[in-house]
Amino acid sequence: MDRNEILAKINEIAKDVFDNDEVELTEATTAADVEEWDSLSHLSLVSDIEDEFGIRFTLAEVSGSKNVGELIDAIVKHIGEK
Amino acid sequence: MHTFKELRKASKRTAPGAPRRLAILGNVSTQFLAVAIRGYAALENLPLEVYDADYNQVDAQLLDPASEVYSFEPDSILLWLATDKLYEEFLDLPLEARSGFAESAMSKITMYWDLISKNSKANILQMNFTEIDDKALGNYSCKVNSAFIYQIRKLNFMLAEAMEQRKNVYPIDLLSVQIQLGTSAFYDAPLYYNAKMTVSTDALPYVAKAVIDVQKALAGRIKKCVVLDLDNTLWGGVIGDDGMDNIEIGELGRGHVFTDFQRWLKQLKECGIILCVCSKNNEDTAKKPFEEHDEMILRLSDIALFVANWEDKASNIRLIQKTLNIGMDSMVFIDDNPFERNLVRQMIPEIEVPELPEDPALYLGYLQEQNYFETASFTGVGSDRTKLYQAEFERTKLMMSFESIDGYLESLEMIGEAKPFEESKYSRIAQLTQRSNQFNLRTVRYTDADIQNIANDPNYVTLYYTLRDKFGDHGLVGVVIMKKKNKEELFIDTWLMSCRVLKRGMEEYIVNCFMREAKARGYKRVYGEYIPTPKNAMVKDIYKTMGFDETTENNYVMEVNRYEEKKIYIKE
Repeated sequence: MDRNEILAKINEIAKDVFDNDEVELTEATTAADVEEWDSLSHLSLVSDIEDEFGIRFTLAEVSGSKNVGELIDAIVKHIGEK
Repeated sequence: MHTFKELRKASKRTAPGAPRRLAILGNVSTQFLAVAIRGYAALENLPLEVYDADYNQVDAQLLDPASEVYSFEPDSILLWLATDKLYEEFLDLPLEARSGFAESAMSKITMYWDLISKNSKANILQMNFTEIDDKALGNYSCKVNSAFIYQIRKLNFMLAEAMEQRKNVYPIDLLSVQIQLGTSAFYDAPLYYNAKMTVSTDALPYVAKAVIDVQKALAGRIKKCVVLDLDNTLWGGVIGDDGMDNIEIGELGRGHVFTDFQRWLKQLKECGIILCVCSKNNEDTAKKPFEEHDEMILRLSDIALFVANWEDKASNIRLIQKTLNIGMDSMVFIDDNPFERNLVRQMIPEIEVPELPEDPALYLGYLQEQNYFETASFTGVGSDRTKLYQAEFERTKLMMSFESIDGYLESLEMIGEAKPFEESKYSRIAQLTQRSNQFNLRTVRYTDADIQNIANDPNYVTLYYTLRDKFGDHGLVGVVIMKKKNKEELFIDTWLMSCRVLKRGMEEYIVNCFMREAKARGYKRVYGEYIPTPKNAMVKDIYKTMGFDETTENNYVMEVNRYEEKKIYIKE
């Protein structure tokens, strides 16, 4: 799975979690860019991504990712480890 | 089980109807739990409004009588002191103070309970404690007073004992969820350190289920009856083909599975669940193991209604339901045969039909996991109602032999009693308010503690009614709560009656007694109201029938002096 496919999946999940079909994330998007993206919906997003890809983020990845691109880095890494 | 994601979606809607109000208070972050509870309630069609207090506000919220939690006017307050936090507090204590940890935690909890009782009418849903074993002394920790595992186990036991003394405290058995799922599935360390949430998102639906199960029981949605198939459900094999000597039951081989299943069912019966049999068999053949097989746990006397014939099961279940006079949604049908299960499910959508695993060895675990028999009260010895129902069939037979209903009623030699609420009856009265759906004019649900308050409040006139006849004692079958409007007028807040005693003149007897009571206390008028629900249409016109005047729709009044006592066959 390449980064674009992962991003597409994340976008699907994000629309669902943020309950907003207009949301369009790019690798550069940060939480501050999306109105619905607060600490609680962040956890929902993370939990749904974990379920979707069958992975577990580390604590640092959950709380430390600065933008969507870094989340994708973590996903790629975990998928590679499987 | 639903996933957290499904619950999150469902949490955006609320089931229609007057909502129960639940406030959540915890020493850890409860936001996801609140979402899961909202979602679970919506999926169970339970109208529920949830207030989620901010993180770690237990003291502040409970100490201040004007706090958000109290202002929300909750029916229930969920109190969750997570073990993970307690563990950190424990380790911050000096070693010599640790052996007193359980006691001091317990006294804090009772203080919270006292504050809630003082500042609110809410009942308390108390989470018990999950276990953390930090292996500080390995297995040896279990016997060391100053080890955490020793103290948390002690605390759980102290909690159980303290709850036993408090009628308004209902346990949420979080520990059993941890045991069911295992700690590695229950707990998600990154989630805890990231968001102070101590339950993984995979485990949250199970916790939400526990909370909603209790809420449903408090709302009167409980199971009262189990309808059982026989062949390959209560014993292995087919009695009609294999015969008495060859069915599997007893300690040997596969029989052990069915014996243990029967042990569990017998316990349900002792706790007040009605057991019935619905089997495709000749009646004589089907009854034989109950009468003659040495290793059967269940006997004919344990079965309230025994239906064995070759009719379809849906018709037979309808017959059972009609005879018992309980709601279809309070029945569980247990059958190993998927064809029968589907037929019953299709014909009677309200009934609960567990999708039993194929292997009988897995029946018990599966059924226990569903937690069908949640209750909000337990009256202990005497909960067993099987005999009452069996006596009822004797009455039905007698009734058939009389030409007129009057002759029948007279022959029953009925004796009634009406008395103000007294302490020994609080539980049974509360239970009736929670369980009665059909003969219930306003369907107000009360807890034990509510009943106690009402009994002690001079603004209420209370009566409970008992009835017995020559076949047996029906026990406490009627409840009336009248609230003082002013010194001349009373309002009937609650009037309910067990459907077991319908059409015997008990309705008239109840009215005679409460009008007499109103008169004796100098009241001039008694007001009544009927609040329609999907289940109580049978009492829609009862006030009219009793001679009350309708004032507005579903509202009635009776002048005390104008009331003429109805003729009845119940002696006092």
